[in-house]
Amino acid sequence: MNATFVISAIIAIVATAMMITRPSAVHGLLYLTVSLLAVALVFFVLGAPFAAALEVIIYAGAIMVLFVFVIMMLNIGEEAARLESSWLHPATWFGPSILALLLAIELGAVAISGGLPHPASAVISAHAVGVALVGPYMLAVELASFLLLAGLVAAFHLGRSVMGTD
Amino acid sequence: MQHVLWLVPTLPLLGSIVLMLGTGRLSHRAEALIGVLSVGLAAVIVFAIAGAFLLDPPAGAAYQQALWRWFAVGHFSFGLALRVDPLSLLMMLITSGVGFLIHLFSTEFMEGEDGYGRFFAYLNLFVAAMLLLVMADNFLALYAGWEGVGLCSYLLIGFWWRDPANGLAARKAFIVTRVGDTAFLIGLLLIASRLGTLNIAGAMRDAAHTWHVGSPAATLIAFLLLGGAVGKSAQLPLQTWLPDAMAGPTPVSALIHAATMVTAGVYLIARTHVLFLLAPAAEITVGIVGAATLLLAGFSALAQNDIKRILAYSTMSQIGYMFLALGVGAWRAAMFHFMTHAFFKALLFLSAGTVTMRLHHEQDIYRMGGLARRLPAAFWSFLIGSAALAALPLITSGFYSKEAILSGAWADGNGGRVLWLAGVIGAFVTGIYIFRAVFIAFFGEEHTHVSGSYGWRVIVPLLVLSVLSLVGGFIELPSAFGHVTLLSRLLAPVLPPTREVTDITPLLLASAASILGIALAAVLYWRPSRPPAETPLWRFWHGAAGFDLLYDRLLVRPVIWAARVDRDDFIDSFYDGIAWATQALHRAIRRTQTGRVRLYAASLAIGSVGLIAIAVLR
Amino acid sequence: MATVPLDQGLLLAAILFALGLVGVLVRRNLLFMLMSLEVMLNAAGVAFIVAGARWASPDGQIMFILVLTLAAAEVSVGLALILLMHRRIPTLDADAGDGLRG
Repeated sequence: MNATFVISAIIAIVATAMMITRPSAVHGLLYLTVSLLAVALVFFVLGAPFAAALEVIIYAGAIMVLFVFVIMMLNIGEEAARLESSWLHPATWFGPSILALLLAIELGAVAISGGLPHPASAVISAHAVGVALVGPYMLAVELASFLLLAGLVAAFHLGRSVMGTD
Repeated sequence: MQHVLWLVPTLPLLGSIVLMLGTGRLSHRAEALIGVLSVGLAAVIVFAIAGAFLLDPPAGAAYQQALWRWFAVGHFSFGLALRVDPLSLLMMLITSGVGFLIHLFSTEFMEGEDGYGRFFAYLNLFVAAMLLLVMADNFLALYAGWEGVGLCSYLLIGFWWRDPANGLAARKAFIVTRVGDTAFLIGLLLIASRLGTLNIAGAMRDAAHTWHVGSPAATLIAFLLLGGAVGKSAQLPLQTWLPDAMAGPTPVSALIHAATMVTAGVYLIARTHVLFLLAPAAEITVGIVGAATLLLAGFSALAQNDIKRILAYSTMSQIGYMFLALGVGAWRAAMFHFMTHAFFKALLFLSAGTVTMRLHHEQDIYRMGGLARRLPAAFWSFLIGSAALAALPLITSGFYSKEAILSGAWADGNGGRVLWLAGVIGAFVTGIYIFRAVFIAFFGEEHTHVSGSYGWRVIVPLLVLSVLSLVGGFIELPSAFGHVTLLSRLLAPVLPPTREVTDITPLLLASAASILGIALAAVLYWRPSRPPAETPLWRFWHGAAGFDLLYDRLLVRPVIWAARVDRDDFIDSFYDGIAWATQALHRAIRRTQTGRVRLYAASLAIGSVGLIAIAVLR
Repeated sequence: MATVPLDQGLLLAAILFALGLVGVLVRRNLLFMLMSLEVMLNAAGVAFIVAGARWASPDGQIMFILVLTLAAAEVSVGLALILLMHRRIPTLDADAGDGLRG
């Protein structure tokens, strides 16, 4: 029972739960960031420091910042927060909660019953990841770059009319 | 002579086709010429065949000509072949001879009518079909002719189709005879399946070998054939169509509904007499049907005011006599009466047609009167025809043929005397109703003005038929009068003989009945009289003993009710239900198409949870 | 590092995934829906890392990198679409975009 892992896990879960219940977008964003940082710590405990670094840099860094930009651009104010609270009455939570509970139980059952062994306490360094990337996973890297290119072009095109530059 | 047989039905058929193709393009003269000549030529050929037949009888007493193979199914092979034996020859002579005279008459009667060419096309087609019927070698060709005459009857009754009542009458005729035709067809199928052949002569031979007297198979088939005959010949219980068939033009009534088509039933039973001899129950039924119909029709004729309807009921009654003859085994007498009846009934219809022609189509006898002076030709023709119909003793052909029937009935052992009595009463009633028509229509004062004129095409047929009605009986005299048996000898190869009657009493009684009837009519109707009061009894007989009413209540109303109930076609509701269910399903599924992403995401999630559950629980 | 029982790791991933799913289904705000999607993707990444740790191979991290790439591309395009929609209808209500309803 690794204390760091447990504490980080609990923080991640609580932060996520808080995020999905906030009426204000900025508050939710902040809670999400906390959750992501906690997950990065979990990665670190699991012996994947490179993944932890990437989580912080890209997920909590770039992606959350994108969200912040959009919130700023849309100028969401207080009246939006009141609207949100009106949408969040308990009745709407009922169905999805049941569904998610079922899903969690199923996945959890698979996870727990697996009889999985304890892993060796190995730390897989960035170096090892890099070697694997340019070795067996070269094709995957190329595909990822395609994806990013597509995303870039799409965002550029869609953003043109928004920015009024055409 | 064998080789010209095919010309006989083909010439009128060709005439019909030419007329149908040329409607609107040919002149009236050309149409009349084609129509009359085709039947005339056929008549000439028939006379030639008859002459050759009588002078030099062929082997087997029949001319045969095979035409072609129609179709073959399994081990059945049906061909179109013609066979002329004395029975067919008699029918052919009457059909083509009397048919020719009526065609000639109608060229003048139908003058100026719309559809002149169409009329002759249909009439020619009728003659062709009737000739095929009587010349057919196998039952299938006979049935083809049978259906053909039914079709032409429908077409011609509804000739003036612009009046919907005529269409109704035509449909009624067709539908009622259809009932009989179905019975006939079932009988044919039974013959085919039990005896393995539909060749008439062959089937009759095999029937005699295969079945004993009283066998159930033969009885069933005989009853079915009787059903067909009853329909076509307007006997009980399928007689309701004949009075309404008078809606057609008078030459049509003369040819189809007096002389030829309605006697097809008599011909059928005479042809298949072997079967009826094997089925005594059926034969007795024939006699009973004939007797009942003759009395019913006779009484109904007393309560009619329309001259054509009187003649229609008279036809029904006289065919009842023929059926009576067949029922007691007087086969040759039945054919004799058929011949004389064709003469005098055609004569009566043609003279009635002449009268209506000159009176602007007035048919109510109470609105005629005094025509004896104004229309002498029509008067004498009608008088001669009436005398023959009432079987005036000694000088009319009707007397001899009716005598032959009644003596056959008298001579028959089982119950023949009862039928004889019915026949005598019928003769009495016949005298009354027909001379009632004579006195009221031709004597007394004129109620409707006579106009127009007629020419040789009307006179010649009337003359010829009058002569035949008078002298046509002399070819067959009973033993009391010189015992001439020309007709019997002609028909001997085909029809079995009847027992001879030497006692003169029944003859005298029957003659007395006829004369009494005529006298009574003279007493009642000599002075000018008004139309009869419409008492309930009168109404009963006017409606032909309520058969129309009965069939309406029993058959027509339930069908109409059922049609109304099924108006929305609830039988189809199963298929409507399928359509409705599909639409309901569509409506239900459509509700899930909200356009809201969250709902779609939720459905994805539900599906995934379900699938994972299945995977996990396995 | 002390070892971490793998079942607990996978359990964490499962719970995070479920929470993200709840967020997607419940929140009407498009931004929150996107954020919840990110949570779900992140949870998948946790599962990969845990698996990689079990086998002590870099494959888990590599998969996580690919997942990350995917998330980044998706977020950029998704936010651009949200901006476009906001221009047309000045709201962030996901239910406002029901023009495809039948």
